Amino acid sequence: MRILALAGRRLAASIPTLFLILVGIFLLLQFAPGDTVDAMLAQMGGGDAVTAQQLRQFYGLDLSVPARLGQYLLRLVQLDLGFSAIYGKPVAIVIAERLPPTLLLMTAALSFAFFAGLVLGVLAARRVNRWPDTLISTLGLVFYATPSFWFGLMAIVVFSIYLQWLPAGGFEDITSLQTGIWRTLDIARHLVLPTLTLGLIFLAIYLRIMRASMLEVLNLDFVRTARAKGLDETRVVVRHVLRNALLPMVTLIGLQAGTMLGGSVVVESVFSLPGLGRLAYESVVQRDLNTLLGIVFVSAILVIVVNFVVDLLYARLDPRISAGG
Amino acid sequence: MQAVRGYFRSPPAVIGLVLLLLVIAMAATADWLFPRDPLSLAGRPLVWPFQNSRFWLGTDNSGRDIAAQIFHGARISLLIGLVATAIAILIGIVVGAVAGYYGGTVDTILMRVAEAFQTLPNFLLLLVLVVVFGSTLATVTIAIGIVSWPAPARLTRAEFLSLRNREFVQAGRTLGMRDIRLIFGEILPNALPPVIVYASVVMAVAILLESALAFLRLSDPNVASWGNLIGLGRDVLRVQWYVSAIPGIAILVTVLAVSLVGQGLNDALNPRLKGR
Repeated sequence: MRILALAGRRLAASIPTLFLILVGIFLLLQFAPGDTVDAMLAQMGGGDAVTAQQLRQFYGLDLSVPARLGQYLLRLVQLDLGFSAIYGKPVAIVIAERLPPTLLLMTAALSFAFFAGLVLGVLAARRVNRWPDTLISTLGLVFYATPSFWFGLMAIVVFSIYLQWLPAGGFEDITSLQTGIWRTLDIARHLVLPTLTLGLIFLAIYLRIMRASMLEVLNLDFVRTARAKGLDETRVVVRHVLRNALLPMVTLIGLQAGTMLGGSVVVESVFSLPGLGRLAYESVVQRDLNTLLGIVFVSAILVIVVNFVVDLLYARLDPRISAGG
Repeated sequence: MQAVRGYFRSPPAVIGLVLLLLVIAMAATADWLFPRDPLSLAGRPLVWPFQNSRFWLGTDNSGRDIAAQIFHGARISLLIGLVATAIAILIGIVVGAVAGYYGGTVDTILMRVAEAFQTLPNFLLLLVLVVVFGSTLATVTIAIGIVSWPAPARLTRAEFLSLRNREFVQAGRTLGMRDIRLIFGEILPNALPPVIVYASVVMAVAILLESALAFLRLSDPNVASWGNLIGLGRDVLRVQWYVSAIPGIAILVTVLAVSLVGQGLNDALNPRLKGR
């Protein structure tokens, strides 16, 4: 219960942050050249000043900036994100349609990076400064320096064009309508390369943190005690070191949630996935400011929720946190 | 002196330095080796590397010399990396120093702002800034600097928190020094080393951010940027994959060099933390 209260307090503290972000971005977007009506008129192939005036009035764009900010925030409280003139639908619906692929991709990439980073980090720490460690650490550095979109393109060249093992893009095969388990498998096949691409940089970070944190914990007294009472090395690592070494890794999930969302913008456009990131890119190109603002809102909420879950997880892993209050 | 010797004793740090000098040499000789505009037509489009001695790295889809774009691109990447990092570190130091030194309400407000910046995905904020201010070289560089300041600010603040009540600061206060002088003249020099080392991380990320933006064709199209070339090569990826592959390697080498040098500096300056 105490954990919940603690995490809940952190959650409440993030409301001012959210407010700050929304007001900041709203005011920033007022400086953007051209508004939604301009973009709409361009799409319709032009229009006269009277039409533009009427449209602005219809969308409430002729009011003063503070009035519109107030209106926007008031509607946000009712979870109304406004209307996307480009897609001809409420922004909330446009985003809801695009959210699942991104969530799926992020979860897959995060799990891949976390577990692969964990295993490689443990391997490196157990052979510290010998060749497996050098190899793994070097790989980590190279992965960190690789631009993700470039890695994605090269993966497409190798696995989709030459070997023809995996599809080059898209979320599922739309030429053959599949259902049930086959559809799931099809989506999974489409997500292999994007997951690897998005996960790679994070794999490098997790592996480095895991290695460092293992090395630190391995030097602590309780590990010496565990060894002294005759436990074999595997048991020492799995039962005693791992749980303690995991704490920084869990912290990192919360810190990296935003970066991962940003990375999905690039990865989704490389693999033409119909996700939130691609929507962000499209709304930038099409000057669909309402949708862009909605994405900012949803992304911030997503990051806050991830951090809330991390807080809960953290308390579960480390009993000292909930006991200390 | 000991730090310098410590630096050169670590092979990865030396490799990083050599790679970085290589990239700098490329940037320095670009005008001399490739005096023509790298974005002007040079020959037939899509010549493979090592086929024609005039274009040893081949040409791209519109017949521009890839080697020339790589050499001139080194300038752009280093320029954007350095300037954006300088902006981020400068904002970070000022905000972190003020927040850490004064504490209280000022600290709370500044850290709330930093938190807002960190909650919003960096790349998304970068997209918003590009929408609003356009995508010229200058605006993109400043935008990257603006999205990168919170981490150096937190680092500086942490240093200031641990230093602000040390004896030398109290001595300065007793001597009647002004806050400005205490902050920038006395505390900052002591707080600076970890922040400078962290600058290498900021620079690596800045170079990657610009290349991603350029790949999405949202950066300045009128300069020879590696990311632009990768984006262009995407159209001919199926057969002429080298157009995208070559600039990607250039980015990888540059970012790797910057990170290795940063890590080498870190190990040399904090020998106790070596190997972490």
